[in-house]
Amino acid sequence: MPDLLLELFSEEIPARMQGKAREDLKSLVTNGLVEAGLTYASAGAFSTPRRLVLSVEGLSGQSPTLKEERKGPRSDAPEAALEGFLRSTGLTRDQLELRDEKKGQVWFAVIEKPGRAAPEIVAEVVEQVIRSFPWPKSMRWGSGSLRWVRPLHSILCLLTDESGASVVPLTVEGITAGNTTEGHRFMSKGRFPVSSFDDYRAKLLKAHVVLDSAEREARIWHDATTAAFAQGLEVAEDKGLLAEVAGLVEWPVMLMGAIPERFLDLPPEVLQTSMKEHQKFFSVKNPRTGRIEKFVTVANRETADHGETVLKGNLKVLSARLSDAKFFWENDLRTVKTVGMEGMAAGLANVTFHNKLGSQADRIARIEALAREIAPLVGAAPDLAAEAARVVKADLQSAMVGEFPELQGTMGGYYARAAGLPDAIAAACKAHYSPLGPSDEVPTEPVSVAVALADKIDTLAGFWAIDEKPTGSKDPFALRRAALGVTRLLLANGSRLSLLQLLLDPIRRCRASMVRAGSFPAAEIPDLSNDRVEKECALVLAGDLLAFFHDRLKVFLRDQGIRHDIIDAVLAMPGNDDLTLLVKRAEALSATLKTEDGANLIQGFKRANNILTQAEEKDGVEYSFGADPKFAEGPEEKVLFAALDRAEAAIAPAMKAEDFPAAMTAMAALRAPIDAFFTAVQINSDNQVIRRNRLNLLHRIRATCGQVADLTKIEG
Amino acid sequence: MTGSPSTPKSFQEILMRLQAYWAAQGCAVLQPYDMEVGAGTFHPGTTLRSLGSRPWAAAYVQPSRRPTDGRYGENPNRLQHYYQYQVLIKPSPPDLQALYLGSLQAIGIDMDLHDIRFVEDDWESPTLGAWGLGWEVWCDGMEVSQFTYFQQVGGHDCKPVSGELTYGLERLAMYVLGIDHVMDMPFNDPQSPISLTYGDIFRQTEQEYSRWNFDQADTEMLFQHFRDAETECERILAAPVRDKAGRAIIMAHPAYDQCIKASHLFNLLDARGVISVTERQAYIGRVRALAKKCADAFVMTEAGGGNPAEAA
Repeated sequence: MPDLLLELFSEEIPARMQGKAREDLKSLVTNGLVEAGLTYASAGAFSTPRRLVLSVEGLSGQSPTLKEERKGPRSDAPEAALEGFLRSTGLTRDQLELRDEKKGQVWFAVIEKPGRAAPEIVAEVVEQVIRSFPWPKSMRWGSGSLRWVRPLHSILCLLTDESGASVVPLTVEGITAGNTTEGHRFMSKGRFPVSSFDDYRAKLLKAHVVLDSAEREARIWHDATTAAFAQGLEVAEDKGLLAEVAGLVEWPVMLMGAIPERFLDLPPEVLQTSMKEHQKFFSVKNPRTGRIEKFVTVANRETADHGETVLKGNLKVLSARLSDAKFFWENDLRTVKTVGMEGMAAGLANVTFHNKLGSQADRIARIEALAREIAPLVGAAPDLAAEAARVVKADLQSAMVGEFPELQGTMGGYYARAAGLPDAIAAACKAHYSPLGPSDEVPTEPVSVAVALADKIDTLAGFWAIDEKPTGSKDPFALRRAALGVTRLLLANGSRLSLLQLLLDPIRRCRASMVRAGSFPAAEIPDLSNDRVEKECALVLAGDLLAFFHDRLKVFLRDQGIRHDIIDAVLAMPGNDDLTLLVKRAEALSATLKTEDGANLIQGFKRANNILTQAEEKDGVEYSFGADPKFAEGPEEKVLFAALDRAEAAIAPAMKAEDFPAAMTAMAALRAPIDAFFTAVQINSDNQVIRRNRLNLLHRIRATCGQVADLTKIEG
Repeated sequence: MTGSPSTPKSFQEILMRLQAYWAAQGCAVLQPYDMEVGAGTFHPGTTLRSLGSRPWAAAYVQPSRRPTDGRYGENPNRLQHYYQYQVLIKPSPPDLQALYLGSLQAIGIDMDLHDIRFVEDDWESPTLGAWGLGWEVWCDGMEVSQFTYFQQVGGHDCKPVSGELTYGLERLAMYVLGIDHVMDMPFNDPQSPISLTYGDIFRQTEQEYSRWNFDQADTEMLFQHFRDAETECERILAAPVRDKAGRAIIMAHPAYDQCIKASHLFNLLDARGVISVTERQAYIGRVRALAKKCADAFVMTEAGGGNPAEAA
């Protein structure tokens, strides 16, 4: 059982691509080997900036011999048929067997495919994988036509068993596989041979290369946290940065330095972002002062002066970068202190939001109007919400956000406070972008909620108005995220409103912006003063947009474990554009269906509904006259009447209070009487009066049980 | 790797050491192109010569102008006029990384003391219709060069692929010489009888050009020049291949000069703030269209691996 070692040695592989490349190398090679008939015990892939490595253990020495039998023509068939069979099997006549079958003698071909040796298969699979490797971006170099992420320099490909190691004969574009590799670019010299994976790994370590990225990450993190701890400091955790840094070095050497005193007053987010984005530094916090005071950088080598020059150089770059940041920060502060946040925002009139929807300033004016409308619905003061809407995007014009777009909102918060604005507005600067993802925290402060809703609804209304809806996997304006954001904001805050109504004005405002931006062809410019037509137009778009919200809600609720048929059942109810109400119904129904009574109630309900529907179709009438208890015959029927009376008495106030769980509980209590009724009673009695009365009774069941959701949509 | 040469004393010494190093590696040491360009890549020795099948190896200094980067000589690192050092070798040799590292040693960077890293940075020039993959090279966390394998130029696949190295000379020299403000950097040997700093030579010009770039350049005239260059470029390329004496001559270079002009005029207009965000893309597209046509023409010339007589 040989082991396979494969190393693809190249110029520096981008750090962000290494993780997926490891996975791809492992799955592509092992799949190829298995498809060719080999088996293996285990496989592991590794990467450094300069190498992609695969180790496969317990590979079978060869693929099994395959025997295939093919039935040919009968012995008395025309000669041409036999010739065709010989051609297709590649055999001669004397290699065929003649066998007796029921209908006479038939020619048979027995084709044996001999097993192939592992080296031959490995060579084939590796070459195929190299030539078709799914790099996100690949390139050619020199005069060759091979594509790789960066120039590929050497291939190490070994099969090792008890008798020793042998090189797999393999040549790709002039690169012939061998048994040698090289170590660290600066801390090691020359190529060296290896004989197995263990030998490879050990020799690399001696040559100052830590093969496993997880081990490099662990070393970096251990060294950084230990050094920080010794000084009573803490390293800010950042898994993405750690993985990236580990992908940039073969021999990680942690160095810690101090941020010059003059920069320590910068907001911590600025320090952290600048150091991370520009220099891939970790931030080190002092828990006593709460400030970021030091940094950790990771070099790729040990140096003669123990990193002194390296650290000095890094500090120099840091100082230049932070000087820029400090310059931006002080400039921005001066701006808001003199002209205020609205003064800072003035330039947004010259920034295009979308060429069909006008400038950012247009957009902000729309958001302001909408935030004012939403404010009373979410418990915010309209004037405060409107003022917040005017300034929350001002920082897009700040020098700092120009340099670090990811600090949008965060900087706005600092600048709003510096401009003397109330906390609610300062908080909304960052919070109004939330929630960004499905698990991101949802704002609850009313002003933030109002502006966050207005911001997202305006985006959706605008792109619906210009007909730029998401299609398939394409959603360049993140509209799905915006719709989910609105949904989560409404649900988390228990906001009650008619979404359809709320969408009308924003759509109309966006159409007005489109007219101003000259987005309509000359012949199609709408007359905005025609209230009736504009309203109709807005209603159509709002209806379509509402359906989009419902789609997003389905995805969201399915992730919460609520079945799709439950959602369909509540969507069929009136008032389905009040998402909070909709979800309350869905949750109550979902909970009830998980109880035995609930699940059985559905069966009883469906039986009642089916019989009733059939009868109504057949008779051409609706049995909604009300059933009369005096026609009830057996005890089960009487008990059902009484149970319905009790249930309705409990359901009516519960529905009024929108206490759907209570209403559903009362419905579930009907399960036993309904079951008993169906067991004991024949609906289609010969007595027409009794029959009609029973159908009217079924109608009562249908009406009573259909108040929270349309139970006919429930499956099973 | 020990035995690095001594630390250089001046900006010009670094420049001369680079020239000597790349000359020793067999590069033709070209002189700067005599036109205003935004980067060394615009030199026809890179843009045009990276096209076609004929081998090429050249190195040169290219004065580069980026009007929007003007800071009146006050910023320690930013200049509207600066120098790039450019190396282009086609096909890219297998040891280009090692050759590059050798050049850092040649200018006095001791490989035993510094941390050199190749960090992903793909290069794209929307105005030239060009892109490549490579890295920015970090020395102790500072970007000292751009290293690119050209994949496409002027819309043409590069076959063979050129390896391109670009050094930002001021920044690199400031680092090697330990200087914090570019204007304080010794331009010639500080021990010379008349020692000159970078500031002695360029502080005043930075002020003058910053003022002209930002406030004074006549935008109407610049717009007109842009249109003129565009028209002339297209006219040159539309001319018949055969001249009046019947010689097959494709005027790829004169046309490309007009493309360079258009590109620089666009940069000037941009610095004057008279090009809106939406117009910006349109102007870049117009320059790119010229660059593509020039590339199309060059590959039909002899230097571009073509045969002009066939195109006639």
